[in-house]
Amino acid sequence: MSALPGIASIAAMALYAAFFLHAESQAQVLGLVALGVIGVPVLARVGWIARAAASLEAHPLAARSASVAALAAIIALFHDQHFVMLMLASVLLYSVACLGLTVQFGYAGVVNFAGAAFLGVGGYTSAVLGPHVPHALVLLIGGLLAALVGSILILPILRTRGHYAALITVAFGILFRTFVEVNDALGGPQGLQVKGMNLFGWELNSPLRNLSFYANYVFVGLALAAAAFVLVRRLERSWVGLSLDAVRLDETAAAVFGIDVARWKILAFTCGNFFAGIAGAAYAMMTGFVAPNSFTFGDSLILVSIVLLGGLGSAWGVPLAAGIVLIVPEKLQALQEYRFLLYAMLVIVILLARPQGLIARPARQYFPK
Amino acid sequence: MSEALLSCSGLSVRFGGLVALDALDLEVRSGAILGLIGPNGSGKTTLFNVITGVYRAAGGRAQFSGQDLAGMTPQRIYAAGVTRTFQRSRLALPLSVFDNVMIGNHRRLHHGLWFNLFQRSELRREFESNLAKARALVATFSARLAGRMFDAAGAFSMIDRRRIEICRALVSAPRLLLLDEPSAGMTHEETRELMDDLLAVRSRLAGLSIVIIEHEMNVIERVCERCAVLNYGRKIAEGSYAQVAADRQVQIAYLGTE
Repeated sequence: MSALPGIASIAAMALYAAFFLHAESQAQVLGLVALGVIGVPVLARVGWIARAAASLEAHPLAARSASVAALAAIIALFHDQHFVMLMLASVLLYSVACLGLTVQFGYAGVVNFAGAAFLGVGGYTSAVLGPHVPHALVLLIGGLLAALVGSILILPILRTRGHYAALITVAFGILFRTFVEVNDALGGPQGLQVKGMNLFGWELNSPLRNLSFYANYVFVGLALAAAAFVLVRRLERSWVGLSLDAVRLDETAAAVFGIDVARWKILAFTCGNFFAGIAGAAYAMMTGFVAPNSFTFGDSLILVSIVLLGGLGSAWGVPLAAGIVLIVPEKLQALQEYRFLLYAMLVIVILLARPQGLIARPARQYFPK
Repeated sequence: MSEALLSCSGLSVRFGGLVALDALDLEVRSGAILGLIGPNGSGKTTLFNVITGVYRAAGGRAQFSGQDLAGMTPQRIYAAGVTRTFQRSRLALPLSVFDNVMIGNHRRLHHGLWFNLFQRSELRREFESNLAKARALVATFSARLAGRMFDAAGAFSMIDRRRIEICRALVSAPRLLLLDEPSAGMTHEETRELMDDLLAVRSRLAGLSIVIIEHEMNVIERVCERCAVLNYGRKIAEGSYAQVAADRQVQIAYLGTE
């Protein structure tokens, strides 16, 4: 299998993204959306998506280099546009959180409808600790606190299955939002201001040359997303990934073969929340504030829909779906409130056309050649 | 005569008012193959579920090589050397043949997070030795299957799925294998082939004991040295196939009174 289809697909996606980000009029945006909605099923039908995915899978180095090169090209094209850079950084940071959800939901089968709450734990950590603690450490503490808060939830989740476990996470998400809303020490409904990120003396809010300062956050987001991506892939391609899959697919059969179902659910849930916490901490430093309204049930649904749209358990699908889910509604601003209607229809259409997600999760290859 | 590997005495299981197992006494000696027969609902699968820790007994005792199984989790019972197949195959269909077999090898794999994430070269060695082992095991059942170790289990026919399931149960070299109706959904010819392969593997695994639930009497007759007959949760007969088949109570249970 040659690396060409994979690289070509990344180039095509980058080109499409560039046109999409560049599109000024709503007619152009809608045209591009329509092209995507019709194009994806057609490409899937003729087998090109599967070919591209297989090629990316077979040539990880080429795939990663091409992705970074594509991102660099987009940064070069839009380097001084705050909006585009903010979008890119958001996509990368949401990818970190959604890779965490992939471990929980895609591998271990633990549904988490409180993703935004764990982003929020990270965000509020940034707000509270930001002025006092080095920011690299703040990111780490944000992740650890999210994992810790998640461990409160794990007991009721382990005692329930399926829909009931999902409902517990829904309840927790609402609980978190209400808690920060009524807590005056955390700013109440107005929320808190967050200092811009400063990594080892590098002030991210001061722009490099003529780049938008958000480009700095794109770089940090890329570093975090790349690290999360590599970790999640290694996790999947290991005995741990196998045990997580076994737990998701059949708990009884897993137990009969010695697999400690609770242990693996705890591990997956904790790791996933750790990722979400780090992403939330970085995101809050980028946007400069945290408020309860940024961490609603709707925001949790966005995280889940990214994971589903990308393809359950598919690491490559996550950044792709995050791009679609975050950028498309922003570009449909002129439709005002109707954009969410259109956007919801878009998600339904994609899921009907490709129930396995944009990039279906490939079979596990522990050490691909 | 070797000692009992598995011994049940007065073993009872109730589901609400229903008595699924009623004071069952049963022994399986080391290296023996015991056939378990009886009409549907007579408690055969329930017995497997109690032995593997999926259900809890309401009374009586079950011992596996001297350890009391009551209070042991399914995980510990597996670690002690008991594995099984399921009546309706419970493979992880989206996972590959290799993955499914490796689920059965759980106790011999390293599960540390650090090892799996960062000691990739050691993991690779472990992966390669296990792949060779799994492939050799699968090849005793089907060379064709062994050539497709990374295809999804769901892509295979019923007989291949059974083979994968039996390999999953055998790969950790258990001391007791519980087979729940291995012939279900297969032709006579396929069943015969499967049993021959199983016996070939068994001859290499010294001391493996097998309990097999089966409705195909010719399988029981050919494979088992002894068999026990259950009806309404009670053991109504035990002995060689010929003895059991001639038993009046067994005939009534299977054929009904006039």
